Parts: sequence; structure tokens; C-alpha cells
Amino acid sequence: MLAYYLDLAWRSLRRHVVLTALMILTLGFGVGASMTTLTVLHALSRDPIPGKSHKLFFVQLDPRKLAGYVPGGEPEGQLTRLDAEALLRAGRADRQAMMVGGNVGVEPVRDPGAAALPATYVDARWTSADFFPMFDVPFAAGRGWTVVEDEAAARVVVITRELADKLFGTVDAVGKSVRVNDTAMRVVGVLDAWQPPSHFYDLSVGTFGVAEQVFAPFSTSVALKLGRSGDVNCWAHSVTAAKDDDWVYALDAPCAWILFWVELDRPERVAAYRDFLIDYSIEQHKAGRFERPPTVALRDVLAWLDHKQVVPDEVHLQTAVALGFLAVCLINTVGLLLTKFLRRSPALGVRRALGASRRAIFVQLLVEAGMVGVAGGVLGLGLAWLGLLAVRHQPTDYAPLAHLDLPMLGATIALAIASSLLAGVVPAWRGCQLPPAIQLKSQ
Amino acid sequence: MLHMTHVSKVFRTQVVETHALRGLTLEIRDGEFVAITGPSGSGKSTFLNIAGLLEELTGGAYLLDGVDVRGLGDRARSRLRNEKIGFVFQSFNLIPDLDLFDNVDVPLRYRGFTRGERRRRIEAALEQVGLRSRMHHFPAELSGGQQQRVAIARAVAGEPKLLLADEPTGNLDSQMAREVMQLLEALNAQGTLVVIVTHDPEIASRAQRNIHLVDGIATDLERGPVLIDPIAARRSA
Repeated sequence: MLAYYLDLAWRSLRRHVVLTALMILTLGFGVGASMTTLTVLHALSRDPIPGKSHKLFFVQLDPRKLAGYVPGGEPEGQLTRLDAEALLRAGRADRQAMMVGGNVGVEPVRDPGAAALPATYVDARWTSADFFPMFDVPFAAGRGWTVVEDEAAARVVVITRELADKLFGTVDAVGKSVRVNDTAMRVVGVLDAWQPPSHFYDLSVGTFGVAEQVFAPFSTSVALKLGRSGDVNCWAHSVTAAKDDDWVYALDAPCAWILFWVELDRPERVAAYRDFLIDYSIEQHKAGRFERPPTVALRDVLAWLDHKQVVPDEVHLQTAVALGFLAVCLINTVGLLLTKFLRRSPALGVRRALGASRRAIFVQLLVEAGMVGVAGGVLGLGLAWLGLLAVRHQPTDYAPLAHLDLPMLGATIALAIASSLLAGVVPAWRGCQLPPAIQLKSQ
Repeated sequence: MLHMTHVSKVFRTQVVETHALRGLTLEIRDGEFVAITGPSGSGKSTFLNIAGLLEELTGGAYLLDGVDVRGLGDRARSRLRNEKIGFVFQSFNLIPDLDLFDNVDVPLRYRGFTRGERRRRIEAALEQVGLRSRMHHFPAELSGGQQQRVAIARAVAGEPKLLLADEPTGNLDSQMAREVMQLLEALNAQGTLVVIVTHDPEIASRAQRNIHLVDGIATDLERGPVLIDPIAARRSA
């Protein structure tokens, strides 16, 4: 019977072209607007590292001065170098990585006498060895550096495929040397394409920016003072490096500027690591370094993104407005369908007289509403595509993410059909509830 | 085939209560040709709607081909209507979006016949009313008489035992009316029970039996007012 109902729906929709077009337009605009904003919301709130986000945790301690302390308040967002290196050395997690962003000039090391070319300035990440396996960073060639190289502040570097191609004209750059801010460093690995949907591992340098092109050991960056980017929060001057221009680098600098992530594979490991952080804080408190009562936080990726409210308020607002618009469109479609179905009362009465049950009429009308939904969905899809194109031309850092992926494509069609069925339920119910004798009388 | 006992039908609104049928007791047997006559508002259409299971009765009992229709759910009533009853309406009630083939197909679809069986029955029914050659025309392309013949084809395609016709010639000129009546008589001759509601005495005179309705009370013009249950009539009055 479904094929029959589809045939009837098609005939009926063709018979009232203007009304049908009006319904499809109404639904299409509602679906298009809501899917545009929902797609943006989906892109921005997407799990950046599916399958692993619940195993990666952002570590927070609170080494700040007592002044301004609020019980139950949020701990400092980053770690001091002393704490980060202590946690790294302790190695209590399955994996751990300290990191900070940077920006450096990079150029290939050339033979003496060769013409010098201007350096390429790129974003960099100074981190520790576990960074690559922790964040599932793919390699096109070579490998990441080792813990030994970390400890030795080795002059090694990992670059992206894109940068390797730019500097050497080939992806096969392992073993070659690059000059990073005037220091020659050996390329040990070339990354394959890697662009997580958000810059979740370091939100201080932008939420939706592109990933870095140069990676080197944190220890090397400190030793060479390669420069850093991101937030720095200091609450006093360093004792040993007070006169140093870049005193933040000092081991005992009372400044939080390093991000620290750990990988914990099991819930009991999470609890144990939290206990470890508390114990560490108590220890530091007793030693007089931490003035505040021990306060720690350990959030997984999604909780951290949620805490940092990475989705801008404007996107939430736009989504709410678009869904409201869809609701208005739906109400209009309900009205139009009701008009259409009630106008067909006599024909429905004839069908009832000839043996159609209420259920059969209901399904017939619902199929017709569903067909409007499919057409509205296709139109909505086109409009959503245009809407996302417009979003991509907006001057926002998340603009490049506004793409309709397969799940959202399916969601658009599903939303359109669900909307039209929702809009069709009341009219179809009304249409099938009228007694056939009354319907026939209206002929 | 059609057995009504003390059947009453009351239409109620907030301010008014209308007794359309008052204690109607009636039996119509297989193969009869019955005309229901009466002035406007006498309850003819209500009788037809109740007989055709298009409306629920308020009181009494109704057996259709031995099936007690009281308490039947919508699906069972629809099925019974589909299998046992064919309808012919005054204004033909063909579905304008569908061609003749698809119009006749409507009751067969709900019966669940196979494609081949439906085709065979549709072609046979349209052949019977002389319109097989026009089966892919739309109703608007036909005259009134032709449309009514299609309606008859649609009514009989499922081979129902009972054909209910509500003023089937009311919208036709005399020539077309004659043709339609001849068709109905031919169907009756083949064994179909035909019940016609009509104002037209000439049409009524062609029936084997006339039942006259006045104010919801029936009188069998040949057998006398024996079919009225006086107690029920008083009760519903």
C-alpha cells in the first residue's frame, strides 16, 4: 500500500501546485535556517578526538598567592614550569605531556655559500615526547622524539608535511636539518595531515585555529628561548631570574604558562591521579610554595571544552532563533496541510465509504505530508548549503569549520521529514476523524 | 441480508435533538430491489448511511449479512463495508485526480487484491458499464451519465452483495437516468441486492418493493406499516 499512498500523494501535490510549493518553501526555509545554525553548533561542539576524549585529562593545580582565594573556586588554568616538570618526571599517568605554543622562523639549512631565502614564520608547539601518541597525531615519515631527547633538550624537530614540502620540496625530510630561529635542528618526523576540529589541547592560542607546523621538545625551547605564545599569569617576580628579560622561563618563576595533559586509560587510574595531584598540592602547601588550600581539577576533553565554553554564545543564540523560526514554519505548514486535507474531505469520505479505515486515511495523509517533508528537506539542504557558504565567508575563527558533513546531511533530511510528519499528524488526524457521512455530505 | 430491529438514530446538538429514525424494524433479503422513498428530512439518507455503515446507530440492532455491526471497531466496519457494500451517490463522487481505471481501483486496493486480479475486475466492471475504452480518461472528460456509470462500475467491481444507491439518477436527464436504472436492474438480475433512495416515483415504481419513510418512521407500501415497532417508536419520540 505504501507505493499506492506515494502515488496518491504525488498526484495530490501535483494537483495543487501553488499550495504544494508554498508548503515546501515554508518547510525548506525553516529547515535550511535551522540546519545552518545546527551544523555550525555541531561543528563547534564536536568531539575533537573521538574514542579518546574520555581518556585525556587536563590538569590544573593552584599555586597562586592566598590573596583572592575563594573556597571551591576554580584552580589556575595552567601550571608553573616547576610543577609541570615535577608532574612529568613523576610519570604517574599512562602518558603525560606539557606544552606551550610558539611562533618561529624556519628555513632549511643550506650549504655554505648558497643563497639565503627568507625564513618562513609558522606556529610551533613546544611539548614533550608523549604528545604525539596521546593526541593520535599521525606521521607520514619518521617518528616523534624520545623521552631521552626530551631530557637532553635535543635539537630535534617534527614538522608538518605541508612545511616539509615547502622547505624541501618533498615529504621525505627526515634526517634533514632546519634552522629554527637560527638554531639548526634535525627533522626526526614529518606529520601526516592532522587538523582536529578545534585547537582543544591549547585553547589559549585560539579555539578553532589551525594546528602548528613545527613541534620540538619543550626543554629545547626553554634552553634556546625559542619564544612562546599563550597566556601567562604571574603573581610575583622570580627570585633567581628577576633581572632576566624572559624570567618567566626560570624554573622557580611564579608564573603559570604551561598546559599539562595526561592520558588515563581506566576510571581507577583517574581517581588515583586525582589523589596524586591532591597529595602533591598538600606537599607543596606544606613546603610553603602553595599558599592556597590544595585545589585541583582533572577534566576530560569534552568537560574541559564545556568548561571553557568553546561554542560562542552567539552561535547558541542563532540556533535558538533558527529553531524558533522552524517552529513558526511548522505551524504555518500545519495550517496549510489542514486546509489541504479538509478541502479533500469529500474524496476522503468516498474512500471511507469504499472501505478505507481511519488508519488507512491517516497513513495516506501522513505519507503526503512526508513527501512534502522530503521536498522541503531537499530545498532546506540547498538553503543550508548556501547558509554555510555565507558562514564560511564570515570573519570568525570557526568559519572554516562550517561544512555539512554526512551525519548532518542525514540529520537535515530527517529533520525535514520529522518536521513535516509532525506538521502532518494533526491535519491527518483531523482528516481521518471526520465521519464519512459528513465528509460525503460536503461534496 | 439486511436486518434492522428497533433501529433509532438521534442527532444531538447542545440545543436540539433530532430523531432521524424512530424504532425502525426492517428486513431486506438477498436479491431484492428496494426503493426507499419519502420527503426531504424523512430520514432516507440517515437510513442509507446506517445501512452502509457510514454512521453509527443510536439504538436497536442491525445485522448485515448475519454480522451484528454494533460494537464493531472502525477497521472491522471498514472491512465489512468494503466486502459487502457498494455505493452509488447522487453526485457520483468520483475522485477527480484519478482516471476511471484508478477510480474503480479504489475499493479493490483496500480489499488487498493482487495487481492482476484488480486489473481483471476493473476491466470487467468498466466493460459492464460500457466504458472500458475510456478507462484512462478522467471524470471531468465524461458526461454525468457516464460518470454515474463509472460510479456503478466502482461499486460493483468488488462484487458486493448489497448496492446502496442514493438518488442515483438525481443529477441526470431522463435518458441517462433510464440507462443507469437499466444497469442497476441488470445488476439486480445477477443477484445483487439493490436499495435505492429516491424522490422520483417513476424510479420507485421500477423497484420490487417500496419503503416509505416519514419523520423517521417507515411504512412498507406493499406490506403495510407492519415493520414499525410502536413501542420503540414511542420511546424514541
